[in-house]
Amino acid sequence: MRTLNDNATQSITKVIAASSLGTLIEWYDFYIFGSLAVIIGHQLFPSDAGASALINTLAIFAAGFIVRPFGALVFGRLGDLIGRKYTFLLTLVLMGGSTFLIGLIPSYSSIGYAAPILVLILRLVQGLALGGEYGGAATYVAEHAPPGKRGFFTSWIQTTATLGLFLSLGVIVGTKNILGAEVFADWGWRIPFLLSILLVGVSIYIRMKMHESPVFTKLKADGKISSNPLKESFQKKANFKMVLLALFGATMGQGVIWYTGQFYAQSFLENTCKLDFNESRYILLWAILFATPFFVIFGSWSDKVGRKWIMLSGMLLGIIFYRPIYQYFIDATNVGEFQKTELLSTSAPVVTREFLETKADSLITTTVVKTLKDGSTFKEVKVETIHTDQSLAPEEPKISFADVTLPSGTYWIIIGLVFFQVLLVTMVYGPIAAFLVELFPTQIRYTSMSLPYHIGNGVFGGLVPFIATLVASFQGSTPLSGLWYPIGIASLSFIIGAVYINNKGDRDVTD
Amino acid sequence: MNALKRILGIVWIVLGPVIILFLFMQAADKIAAAAEGIARTNTTLQWSIIIIIFIPICAGLMIFGYYGLKGEYDRLPESSEDL
Repeated sequence: MRTLNDNATQSITKVIAASSLGTLIEWYDFYIFGSLAVIIGHQLFPSDAGASALINTLAIFAAGFIVRPFGALVFGRLGDLIGRKYTFLLTLVLMGGSTFLIGLIPSYSSIGYAAPILVLILRLVQGLALGGEYGGAATYVAEHAPPGKRGFFTSWIQTTATLGLFLSLGVIVGTKNILGAEVFADWGWRIPFLLSILLVGVSIYIRMKMHESPVFTKLKADGKISSNPLKESFQKKANFKMVLLALFGATMGQGVIWYTGQFYAQSFLENTCKLDFNESRYILLWAILFATPFFVIFGSWSDKVGRKWIMLSGMLLGIIFYRPIYQYFIDATNVGEFQKTELLSTSAPVVTREFLETKADSLITTTVVKTLKDGSTFKEVKVETIHTDQSLAPEEPKISFADVTLPSGTYWIIIGLVFFQVLLVTMVYGPIAAFLVELFPTQIRYTSMSLPYHIGNGVFGGLVPFIATLVASFQGSTPLSGLWYPIGIASLSFIIGAVYINNKGDRDVTD
Repeated sequence: MNALKRILGIVWIVLGPVIILFLFMQAADKIAAAAEGIARTNTTLQWSIIIIIFIPICAGLMIFGYYGLKGEYDRLPESSEDL
């Protein structure tokens, strides 16, 4: 058995690197699904499913989030019983395997509804694995970190979720650019999933070489390991009340801020503002690139000034600024306003004719790409119904816009506004691993911190795109209506956090 | 501050069932408004998932409120020894 001294020789840099790499890959695996929701929706559901295909795909995406708390319970318990290292190795294997298999699932046209059902099952495995991974990695790093630097060291783990998203977007955009849009929509979307197996293999190799956490090793040597971490975490009132406080006063608000800034923003730009597929992803990529260092800055700062007010300030700024920011998104991408700019060129029209069910009437779709003098472009799609019965009055053609690309100035303003949202993410998320680790004793830390984290992020946060899209689809709602969900949850969490949480936590994690 | 924690405890106890009631009313309204066929099935499924998830969370909020009302959060533990 390894001793505490053996563990001490393992440098903290290696600990952070090995933990972070594995966690980053798990996030990558988890997020490629969300980033490809529209394409996967077309593959998994009937071609005439329309908006319900997207909502159902988002529901499958959300299912992965919903089971994360169960993963936290199962693997958290294991981590408190057999150790941190082997538990998060297991979660890595499960995640990599299920992601790879999603890349192999045939489409709806081949196997019918078996396709979405199989993907749902694999998505649930992904969620369970992630539920076990994060708490282990954060605990593992925190238990290696010296007091007074825990926020700084764990903040590297906190960068992994965002960097995993960055990697997933980068791989998706890169694959699409190499293969072309049509091939990517046909089968190229599978590549980011299949690629995962290589990344996971590398990470498993690195993690195999790591030692167990020194704090857990000492606990084991002293024979003080909890015999029933679940019972101790949730049946002992003193612990359970802290689990509830962590959930309602911190992770719940943190979760919605995270997923609004880094998921809903992109989804809103693509689906509501009709931005081009790549354009909406490049915006998020730039924003993430500029904002990621702030995870470490805020994590480190929280070692000096405390965790509470940094996290709560991030929530408050989100509550205040979300609606004005998203209103700007709508205004700045309004194609009607674009057309006041001088038209530079119009592409040759592409005309398609589709017969309606009666085989008599038909739909004529005319698509042109317009380029304006300010550099913006958009696709104009005109749909006309042609009736064979001449006595019927002709219908007004329906005009819609898609694949909008923005003029340079507006593009960078939107990057700035998404950057601001990701900055809020770094405020709420940078210090939270240290905050959670310090809230619970070693014997039940993995279990106790994982549950509120994954309910906050998996349920409250993960449901942001799904619930916000659902709310915005209600009759009488506006495109901004969906924001009431994250704003409401963040407000509740802000009040609870401000009133109930101490700024000064327990900085000794060895007990 | 401790008085505020206790008063707000009552708010959280009340808020739990209010949210559940709100969700049920929204679900009934939206399911009834959905078109027949697959749209109705989807809407029912979506709302069922939302309600099933949020009921235990609302119960947790009520327990949190009860602890707040009883003064369990008046003094938070400063070390693991206090837990």
